Amino acid sequence: MISFTLNGRPTEVDAPPAMPLLWVLRDVLHLTGTKFGCGMALCGACTVHLEGSAVRSCITPVSAVEGKAVTTIEGLAPSEAPHPCQRAWVELSVPQCGYCQSGQLMSAAALLAVKPEPTDDDIDAAMSGNLCRCGTYPRIRDAIHRAALLAQGGRP
Amino acid sequence: MKLSRRALIKSGVAVGGGLAVAVWLTTERGKGSAELFAPNAYVRVPSSGPIRVVVGRVEMGQGTATATAMLLAEELEVDPATLVLELADADRAYDNPTLGFQLTGGSSSTVTSWEPVRHAGAAARELLKEAAARRWGVTRAELTAKLGEVLHPPTNRVARYGELVADAATITIHTPKLKAAKDFSVIGKPLPRVDAVEKTNGAAVFGLDVQVPGALVAVLARCPVMGGAVKSLDDAAAKAMPGVTHVVRVPQGVAVVAKTYWHARQAASALVVEWDEGPLATFSSATLRDTHRTLMQDASKRTRVRDDGKADEVLTASATALSAEYFAPFLAHAPMEPQNATAHVTATRCEVWAPTQGPGLAREVAARVTGLPIDQVVIHQTFLGGGFGRRIGQDYVAEAVEVSKAIGAPVKVVWSREDDLRHSFYRPAATHALTASLEGGEVKAWRHHVCTQSVMLQVLDSFLSGLAPKLPTSVKQGVADVAKKVVPGRDATSYEGADSVAYEVPHLAVDFTRHEPPVPTGFWRSVGHSHTAFATESFVDECAWALGRDPVALRRAMLTKRPKHLAVLERVTEAAGWSTPPPEGRARGVAVHECFGTVVACVVEVGLVDDAIRVHRVVLAADCGQVVNPDMVRAQLEGGAIFGLSAALKQRVTFEQGRVQQSNFHDFPPLRLHESPRIEAFVMTSDAPPSGIGEPAVPVMAPAVANAVYALTKKRLRALPLELSEAT
Repeated sequence: MISFTLNGRPTEVDAPPAMPLLWVLRDVLHLTGTKFGCGMALCGACTVHLEGSAVRSCITPVSAVEGKAVTTIEGLAPSEAPHPCQRAWVELSVPQCGYCQSGQLMSAAALLAVKPEPTDDDIDAAMSGNLCRCGTYPRIRDAIHRAALLAQGGRP
Repeated sequence: MKLSRRALIKSGVAVGGGLAVAVWLTTERGKGSAELFAPNAYVRVPSSGPIRVVVGRVEMGQGTATATAMLLAEELEVDPATLVLELADADRAYDNPTLGFQLTGGSSSTVTSWEPVRHAGAAARELLKEAAARRWGVTRAELTAKLGEVLHPPTNRVARYGELVADAATITIHTPKLKAAKDFSVIGKPLPRVDAVEKTNGAAVFGLDVQVPGALVAVLARCPVMGGAVKSLDDAAAKAMPGVTHVVRVPQGVAVVAKTYWHARQAASALVVEWDEGPLATFSSATLRDTHRTLMQDASKRTRVRDDGKADEVLTASATALSAEYFAPFLAHAPMEPQNATAHVTATRCEVWAPTQGPGLAREVAARVTGLPIDQVVIHQTFLGGGFGRRIGQDYVAEAVEVSKAIGAPVKVVWSREDDLRHSFYRPAATHALTASLEGGEVKAWRHHVCTQSVMLQVLDSFLSGLAPKLPTSVKQGVADVAKKVVPGRDATSYEGADSVAYEVPHLAVDFTRHEPPVPTGFWRSVGHSHTAFATESFVDECAWALGRDPVALRRAMLTKRPKHLAVLERVTEAAGWSTPPPEGRARGVAVHECFGTVVACVVEVGLVDDAIRVHRVVLAADCGQVVNPDMVRAQLEGGAIFGLSAALKQRVTFEQGRVQQSNFHDFPPLRLHESPRIEAFVMTSDAPPSGIGEPAVPVMAPAVANAVYALTKKRLRALPLELSEAT
């Protein structure tokens, strides 16, 4: 049994220690917001927060989260009070197919947590690990700047 | 993803319901029950709860769910944001009228939804109004409909649509007229995407997210050479692995079934399989260009597909001929969601959940694999994690159905990224030879010779099934055999864009030579245009430089009868500041191309970063007729630009002894955020009917960048992806 905190709730799973967190989330806990894209930490679709930092769950063995706090897209914010990134993403119609966006949002939220007013260079550095095949990058950049404003209670 | 209707017609192949036009019944009959009003395929009004819009095309990012909701809302008189999306199951009511079966491709969704969905909304609205009129003893003309309610202003009576459904379901009325464009209140507005919330909180269900009670997960061990088969199998070790429930042989390889993907994947690596590799095993792409060149010398293999004036004579006699050869490699689509499907097959029923562009094709495939009658096969759509043409193929559906049939349980087949890149339907490689005669400061003659593989050939089987589902299998097979002989020599998807080049040249010829290596090919976002425009738009630029003329000025001079081309060129050159010097260390390149009825022009600004090409800025303009949602159109231009740039700068698929050499995003790299340019996208205003927008931004990107690189470095890059080290 491996115990950890998932989206604020104590969680226990019976899974092989080497099993990637991604597949524990998806196939054991049936929490499917976290996506599979490459299995090699090349695309970032599987990004979750481990103790607040963005990690690629497809290469994180579940044993590595023992006793720690994991947050997925489902736990990023309550639905009645979305995260500023989620609000900005909707406002700017960022998603196209949407498949990569859970990972994009988790990376962006982790960035804003440490840099509330990120520069374009900060965004480049934090987001270059998240691929989007639909090409939503320009809107992701705009939405991160917008989310930074929203987080400070800013209006347009 | 142009599905060449033209090629099929020219070849005399039956196109079944292919050319249906919007002919409406003269009466509308209410249908449904006291609980749910369902007068047509697109609208569901329950007696209580939100109204649903049924999305007949698949939503793969292109925004068709938003467009469909807006088209319905315009006539139904509801707020599109209040509509709940219902993704349509496979049903012939949703056949694409230009293709004859239920398929999303060819940038046709808005084109084909524009009238039917508005009509569906208008019919539903008038039936609901008639129900209110009868209830209140007034005439329908006295009533108005607004925000989901019918109102009688003289008496201030109001009824919610839901209150009227029981009556509306029993009424018949004359077919109402559609609103004039000047009265639109929804169409033309940059409304937010209707699927944005569920795509930002993890709730959206993609194929991979489908949860069927009791479903197992399967992965397939596949022959490293596509088309190969199992020669021998030792599955003892795999079967003994934890979590594994079955190992079964299927036509596509060996399926390992387990309780999770991870267990199945671990066990698959313990299989010992010997393969019969099949005909592709002798194919290597390194010599492909030489093969093309040799074939192109053989006049007997050549088909002339356009012949204006006397191009051959003029070119032979010309003292100032310019020649160039261009090459485009094989490409994969690599949508972010790996291929997958979930199937549950029983003795009497087959149910499939799949992220497919062709639910109608999936149904045919599932019926064929199970032997069940088509009406016992149910296909459920999900959101698609990207499509780009890849999901017109139904291979993952066939696999899930095979495995479920074999194990007698519901199962989800999940591909790895490696499976996706190495077992795909590839954009064919192509060689283009162009020659022009330059005289008197003008292009007097132009000959373009394309050598590539047929796309249509590979998909005919499944297409014909969809076109003629009621025909006996033997008849379909017969038609398919004939079509295979006839169609590929004239497969317009091989040379589209080359034969339709917009430039006015007195002597213009286009030739096509077919080369068929045993590589599976498919529709890749913008199909033939993805390589033909690279050749035509690079070559016209070469002509301009050779003539000492400005590349935009020469294009304008050759497009005098093409107002749409001129207008988009004007827009991008003005916005990009074409007539002013670019920033230090940068240069600009231009391209303009028409496909799917839409004209796109593009100016890029390019520099060098660490001796590599970096695109800093992209300015695009598109004329795609009337626009349902200008922000969705801009999103397609932005996304198409980045998709096109990824291919232009980074991507190729190569084969060595039949094996695809690329495996994951490190060696088939899409552009990343930090490499992405600033993009400005303009949408032209128009009164014309809508034309396609999902694909047309892709073809202009590679030539615009190549043209900018030449302006910057005086190196002409004629092979994709564009690499300065390969400059000639």
